[in-house]
Amino acid sequence: MRITTLALAGAFALAGIGTAAAASPTLEAVKKNGFVRCGVNASGLPGFATVDDQGNWSGFDVDFCKAVAAAIFGDASKVKYVPLSAKERFTALQSGEIDVLIRNTTWTLARDTALGLDFVGVNYYDGQGFMVPKALGVKSALELDGASVCVQTGTTTERNLADYFRKHNMKYEPVVFESSNEAIAAFQAGRCDVFTTDRSGLYAERTRFSNPDDWVILPEVISKEPLGPVVRHGDNEWGDIVRWVFYATLEAEEYGVTSGNVDELRANSDDPAVRRLLGVEEKFGEYLGLPQDWAYQVIKQVGNYGEIFERNLGMGTPLGIERGLNDLWTRGGLQYAMPFR
Amino acid sequence: MAVNARPTRRRRAAHFWNDARVRAVTAQIVLMAALLAGAVYLVHNTLLNLERLGVSTGFGFLWTAAGFDISQTLVPYDRTHSYARAFLVGLLNTFYVSIVGIVLATILGFIVGIARLSSNWLVAKVAAAYIEIVRNVPLLLQLIVWYFVVLGNLPLPGDSIALLGGAYLNIRGLFLPKPVPEPGFAWTVYALVAAIVAVVLLARWARRRFEETGRPFPTFRVGLAILVLVPLAVFLLTGAPLSFEYPEVGRFRVSAGLVLLPEFLAMVAGLSVYTAAFIAEIVRAGIEAVDRGQWEAAYALGLSRGQTLRLVVIPQALRVIIPPQTSQYLNLTKNSSLGVAIGYPDFFNVAGTINNQTGQAVEVIAITMAVYLSLSLAISAFMNWYNRRMALVER
Amino acid sequence: MAEAVRPRPSEVLPPVTERIGPLAWLRHNLFSTWYDTLLTLVVLWLLYVTLVPFFEWAVLNATLSGESKDDCAPGGACWALIRVRFGQYMFGLYPDSERWRVVLAFAILVAAMVPLFLPRMKRRIAWAVALILWYPPVAYVLFAGGWFGLEPVETANWGGLFLTLVIAGVGITTSLPLGILLALGRRSEMPTVRAVCIVFIEVVRGVPLVTVLFMASVMLPLFLPPGVTIDKLLRALVGVSLFASAYMAEVVRGGLQAIPKGQYEAAMALGLSYWQMMRLVVLPQALRLVIPGIVNTFIGLFKDTSLVTIIGLYDLLGMARLITTDPAWLGRHAESYLFAAFGFWVFCFAMSRYSMYVEKVLAAGRERR
Repeated sequence: MRITTLALAGAFALAGIGTAAAASPTLEAVKKNGFVRCGVNASGLPGFATVDDQGNWSGFDVDFCKAVAAAIFGDASKVKYVPLSAKERFTALQSGEIDVLIRNTTWTLARDTALGLDFVGVNYYDGQGFMVPKALGVKSALELDGASVCVQTGTTTERNLADYFRKHNMKYEPVVFESSNEAIAAFQAGRCDVFTTDRSGLYAERTRFSNPDDWVILPEVISKEPLGPVVRHGDNEWGDIVRWVFYATLEAEEYGVTSGNVDELRANSDDPAVRRLLGVEEKFGEYLGLPQDWAYQVIKQVGNYGEIFERNLGMGTPLGIERGLNDLWTRGGLQYAMPFR
Repeated sequence: MAVNARPTRRRRAAHFWNDARVRAVTAQIVLMAALLAGAVYLVHNTLLNLERLGVSTGFGFLWTAAGFDISQTLVPYDRTHSYARAFLVGLLNTFYVSIVGIVLATILGFIVGIARLSSNWLVAKVAAAYIEIVRNVPLLLQLIVWYFVVLGNLPLPGDSIALLGGAYLNIRGLFLPKPVPEPGFAWTVYALVAAIVAVVLLARWARRRFEETGRPFPTFRVGLAILVLVPLAVFLLTGAPLSFEYPEVGRFRVSAGLVLLPEFLAMVAGLSVYTAAFIAEIVRAGIEAVDRGQWEAAYALGLSRGQTLRLVVIPQALRVIIPPQTSQYLNLTKNSSLGVAIGYPDFFNVAGTINNQTGQAVEVIAITMAVYLSLSLAISAFMNWYNRRMALVER
Repeated sequence: MAEAVRPRPSEVLPPVTERIGPLAWLRHNLFSTWYDTLLTLVVLWLLYVTLVPFFEWAVLNATLSGESKDDCAPGGACWALIRVRFGQYMFGLYPDSERWRVVLAFAILVAAMVPLFLPRMKRRIAWAVALILWYPPVAYVLFAGGWFGLEPVETANWGGLFLTLVIAGVGITTSLPLGILLALGRRSEMPTVRAVCIVFIEVVRGVPLVTVLFMASVMLPLFLPPGVTIDKLLRALVGVSLFASAYMAEVVRGGLQAIPKGQYEAAMALGLSYWQMMRLVVLPQALRLVIPGIVNTFIGLFKDTSLVTIIGLYDLLGMARLITTDPAWLGRHAESYLFAAFGFWVFCFAMSRYSMYVEKVLAAGRERR
């Protein structure tokens, strides 16, 4: 009896391998490990990735790690979080220490090509900004000539900063730190006039200040910072999985599928788009090498893009970030899922 | 020393593996083969990894524009300069902080070391407490405390602490009046050079006369007088052609003047206070190594305590002191790489930034290792040379 | 002429006073000359302006209990921070419910090490070697879990003083044997062995530890085949151990050089093999000579463990740093770092005192001979 089940299982497994377009080595390794190794922000970024006293991770980026795990295992908790500094993150991915990097990482040409990485999408459209103490009385970044600026090393911000000040013919003194925690400590102590990073980071860090109202974020956005999940170059099937897991959260929001109504919609919906997304029609799961209900599990356990955003970053949270560019394309934003067809 | 190559003349009856020479050669071949295999394996993996990832290799990146700025630059540098130039800026910053640190650590270390041996109970105890506290706490922690606790609690620029002579201290650094030479100042420089040459010649002459006739000459005092008075006279005669640019306290920042950044100040303070504790112990051991009879003989000759120290004890103690002192200077230089923790743009810090901007991890690490290695080799070579010179004085 | 030279009556000296008693002590030790007096006064003044405000801050105005920085009195230290976060200073993010395992492991270690310090204990070396063999697996099982129904705890959650002690302990136990091997290799007759050891020792001693750690954390993955990964803590451990072993090798070499050539020759004349000679004759003498140097290397290693914070491990210093970023205790740098400094100081000071004690015992032993 037992032998027959095993044999059957084996036969199905073989059949599965036969039909899948091509097996992804990363996916194989992830299945063997029993968890997804996800690179996240080591110094913690409120709203994006933070860890509590008990070692539990939460945040916007963390939720996308969970979504990938939910798609593969049907269990969002099967993630091993690997905290990485800005310096370590790329080698960690290149060397196979992690399977996917979701750590507020900007998509740039150099990183996409020369570093052996592949960006699969943009889960947060951001831009670099400046924060100053309110007492400084500065209203615009153009008044910052001669300022000293605290910045974290190993990021695109360091170069944007140099470019911006040069373009406007202003002088500045960069004070460069290894981790954002040090940069912020120095900024709060008054070592610098200005702290600069992605605007999401400015909002996030400000929630940790003792008097958030004493600090203002200047209106200028000096760069484009599309942040997104990154995978190793060369395993396209794995890249497809992470990309479409992300699109599934967007597609779900567009068609009004939430973690609350996903069970009901899977059972009763007549909308072909929803039926395809939730695996009732078509065999998208097979194409990706995933279970048929992968997208259902993502939405059931983690939620759609809007839910993830509101839970971690939205107006109800201390960060209070508006959707803005990250709203769906149907509402004037940039978030746009490729069609599930 | 004949440790392995035991003479093996008893050729008969001995198996070849009992022959120490055969065993030694075999062991070496095995070792080399293992090392080679390991190296090939690692290099193979690395190349494979880099190729798989499509990372380009080579040092070509050094000549492209760096695109980031550095807060403290001893040579002109901005974002349009090359990565190679950025490396140079970092290296010079390492030199700068190391040299200043070494000078201060030596002075402080000698003072504490001599104080440790003072006949004054209080002074000796305070020196001992200093050594025991500072030596047993990690340097990284001390640097962080200097930067975030000591300097981090300085006032904002608006409430700068005014120091003597128009200098200001605040959380943005130490602002000193900047000397600005005016036309004619060159004469003072020439006078200084001439005075140095004169003093060197005078010292040679004095030593020769001392060796021939035994008559001492107060070289130190006369030399100092020449060094100070001659340039000063020229300076005044040419109408004091030097002005100072004084720092000005604004609402948000202090402008003009010469700035020492807080990162630099914290590095200098941390490195010199830490290393001084070790130097003090070396100095103490060196002085204690000089035989008690030397002191007594010097006293019997009628030398004062100061003269005894200066003429008899310290010259002998120096021979014991210099070798361990060298390794302390080396340690200080290597420890300056901890600047990365408090934002001081030393070589290691800049290298880290470059590694991040370019992703050329292998090349950047290779350059870093090579630079630190040649630095330590250079310092130890210099100290060995100096040590030999000191040792030759022995008769 | 007739008058013979006769000694004049010597001056009558006043009676000696104040040879003993506190006043005499003061006079002799603090105020013997005018500049001594000046020096004493200057030092007293310096102590007054530094220690008194520090005492006021640390003791008189200190706050001992509270839940956040709002409970702290101004102008004083807020030791409540240490009290609230004490567990994290000790164990990092190690789960609360599992911390007994760490305590148990250290209790076993202390109990097992007691015999080593009993002067009457025989076969101390054998016990020490046995301890090195059986203790690490026991400790590993307790720390990491996963066997015998113990909950697994990832090394990423190890932290605080516990992690500092793990790194220092592993570094100490591996660097000594490695250092001895390297030192022997450096003095070997075989040219390749000697060259390899010299290159290793000089290269490692020539670069700062941060670069070694940085290489271990960032570069090592590139050297390994794809998919093979090594735990971050393990990489730091390897880096610290290799680094300390190079310094240890130089200390041991000093001891080897101090052994008279006659000892080697006598051992060889007895027909001992190389390893017998080293084990039975040379090393016991050489190591005893350099015990202070060995302990000093251990102290250096202990302090160097703090550098792992730079590669993102949370040892005692890393934890102290992390805790200062907590919004509830913002701006309380001084308390956190002072506490960490005290932690490091206690261990290093104890080790340095032990080394002085051993030095004294050994010196006495040599004199008696």
